[in-house]
Amino acid sequence: MSTATLAPANDHEHHGPPRGMRRWLMSTNHKDIGTMYLIFALVMLFLGGASAMLIRAELFMPGLQLLEPDLYNNLVTNHALIMIFGAVMPAAAGLANWMIPLMIGAPDMALPRMNNLSFWILPAAATMLMLSFVVPFFPGGGSQINTGWTLYPPLSLQVGMSMDFLIFAIHLLGISSVLASINIIVTIFNMRAPGMNLMQMPIFVWTWLVTAFLLILVVPVLAGGVTMLLFDRHFGTSFFNAAGGGDPVLFQHLFWFFGHPEVYVLILPSFGVLASIIPTFARKPLFGYKSLVGSMIAIMFIGMVVWAHHQYTIGMSLAAVSYFMIGTIIISIPVGLMVFNYIATMWRGSMTFETPMLFAVAILLMFSFGGLTGIMLAVVPADMQYHDSMFVVAHFHYVLLPGAVFGLFAGVFYWLPKWTGNMYDERLAKIFFWINVIGFNLTFFPQHFLGLAGMPRRIIDYNIMFTEFNMVSSVGAMIFGLSHLLLLYIIIKTIRGGKPASARVWEGANGLEWELPSPPPFHSWTTAPQIK
Amino acid sequence: MAGEQNLQSKNRRTLLMLSAITLGMFGFGFAMVPLYCFLCQITGVQSVQQRTQTTASTVAANQSVSDRWVTVKFDSTVHPDLPWNFQAQERKLRVRLGEVNEMDFIAENRSSSEILGQAIPSVVPWQANAFFNKMECFCFRQQSLKGLESKHMPLRFSVSPDLPNDISSLTISYNFMRLDMNNEKPFTVVAK
Ligand code: HEM
Ligand SMILES: [Cu+2]
Repeated sequence: MSTATLAPANDHEHHGPPRGMRRWLMSTNHKDIGTMYLIFALVMLFLGGASAMLIRAELFMPGLQLLEPDLYNNLVTNHALIMIFGAVMPAAAGLANWMIPLMIGAPDMALPRMNNLSFWILPAAATMLMLSFVVPFFPGGGSQINTGWTLYPPLSLQVGMSMDFLIFAIHLLGISSVLASINIIVTIFNMRAPGMNLMQMPIFVWTWLVTAFLLILVVPVLAGGVTMLLFDRHFGTSFFNAAGGGDPVLFQHLFWFFGHPEVYVLILPSFGVLASIIPTFARKPLFGYKSLVGSMIAIMFIGMVVWAHHQYTIGMSLAAVSYFMIGTIIISIPVGLMVFNYIATMWRGSMTFETPMLFAVAILLMFSFGGLTGIMLAVVPADMQYHDSMFVVAHFHYVLLPGAVFGLFAGVFYWLPKWTGNMYDERLAKIFFWINVIGFNLTFFPQHFLGLAGMPRRIIDYNIMFTEFNMVSSVGAMIFGLSHLLLLYIIIKTIRGGKPASARVWEGANGLEWELPSPPPFHSWTTAPQIK
Repeated sequence: MAGEQNLQSKNRRTLLMLSAITLGMFGFGFAMVPLYCFLCQITGVQSVQQRTQTTASTVAANQSVSDRWVTVKFDSTVHPDLPWNFQAQERKLRVRLGEVNEMDFIAENRSSSEILGQAIPSVVPWQANAFFNKMECFCFRQQSLKGLESKHMPLRFSVSPDLPNDISSLTISYNFMRLDMNNEKPFTVVAK
């Protein structure tokens, strides 16, 4: 890393933002970069959502209507990768960029030029990802990526050149998130206002600290894994190619060594958002700060050693599956502890239910439900039945949508008045909440029954006995998907105007970010705040 | 401004430390390759390499015929690079433990040129591995088929009476690989 990335945290020369495209292309301002991350994530949310709606449209009826089997599986692959790497992670990074410096009283991120780089890699990576989807439609473009997001060999060794685009996209996405994580850790360690020690930081900052560490620990392993795939495909090595003495199961281990911690990467920042929202609207201080921090750290360590619960069916020894089963069940204890802390925060509070709080309550309910199905899946003999069925799909959507995506929505509603200086339209936002949550449950609840009854995942066609539940699920998916147009409308409307927001915005809000005016000036905390 | 200087060098130190962790984890990914083989070895899961080297000498000591019956299933896969058909004559066989049985496999070259291949066996569940004895197997040797040639490939085997009681059925699975990929001769598939 050159010293050029270590520019002083803020430039005293000019006080307003530069004009035109330069403001965005060359930005080193944490607020502008945060905004770009969030806009990028929103665009990706719509792309990933469109692929999901195509999938559900195809599954509305048994038989093949709209898609070919390979195209269907390519959509499944693309949907997952876009949502995880394009929507959720960048949105969480956007919140981090906006809020961490404001919350810890820092003038900007510690490495502002690196910050610019980690954002601008993303559009390039997204383009690669799109190309991997588009290339097979052209003559000579090879076959579609029909592996699912897990990219298991031997299938991923046989796919055409679109797989190479995807591997490079994953490299770029990995580099971007590692750079962002390093930046966040350096900022949190070195840029706190004098007098703020680690145990005084808002929980949101803590969640990102743990997330960033998880990312730099596991993303390089995924990068190594896909690099080996690339070598097997083009340079005659046999890491995974059984014909040359390699072992495809090794890839599964590398993938899930990344993949399981990744689920915590996705939920932790959103859990941090809840730790800001719930005390605000319960008008009570957060319950159990220390145990929240302890839980997160426990999740980080245990989360890195339970990955093979995704691979119970590969024929591990009894001792190995027992270990992974027990580890997996143990990890639900710190996760549950975080949920209980939030419930205890609400206990006997004087609660009001503005949209962020509505989301928070819904998240706790639905996420806990997903955690319960997770425990079912953790049990080896049960998982032998449920593995690769729609039940798994239902499980991870119940944890991921509430746990990660809804948490981000809640955060956007909570901080949008701070960012823009305008209140959002509360009535529309509540309508959005209800359509969104009802649509979500309509889509994914029936998938539990489908999975238990034996419908496999990642297959375009199904037995006619599954028709009714699939129809309900598809109708739900259309409601759920389209409801996001309302979200888009609310956000645009808020940016363009609305009731002016006060500095504190919410009556019960606490924390440094609320001491700044709404919207905060382009350079904030140029002199560090006093920590009492 | 001494403070700013100080902060910069502090930032640089943290940055270097974190970059080192990142690079270390990238290396760890590759270290998993030998580590994984090693773990499989000490826990008794045979790697593909070891399975190819298994010969008739692994026949277990206990050769008395018992009256316990198990089902042996025969599975076969052909690697996409190899234009062969390959299949057992029967899908499964009921056998008595200790008894010597034979199963015939048929391999057929669909292309017009001579190709070298080798079958790699594996047993599921893997716990049965040590009790499945191959007295004679086409998988001990490389096999060569001329263009359009087809060949009977026999497997002579027994299942040891020491087979753990909870196993009542096992599958022997062959994956036929192409060996002469490097001096890649172009071939044309002429049969189906
Ligand atoms: C109580 C906590 C949890 C437990 C015990 C648990 C357990 C499991 C198990 C055993 C599986 C593998 C199922 C199979 O493939 O047969 C699984 C799959 C999955 N879980 Fe969880 N889980 C928990 C929480 C979470 C959370 C919080 C997330 C994400 C935010 C998550 C995301 C996923 C995903 C994405 C998959 C499927 C991956 C795939 O195969 O594509 N889980 N879970
Ligand atoms: Cu997992």
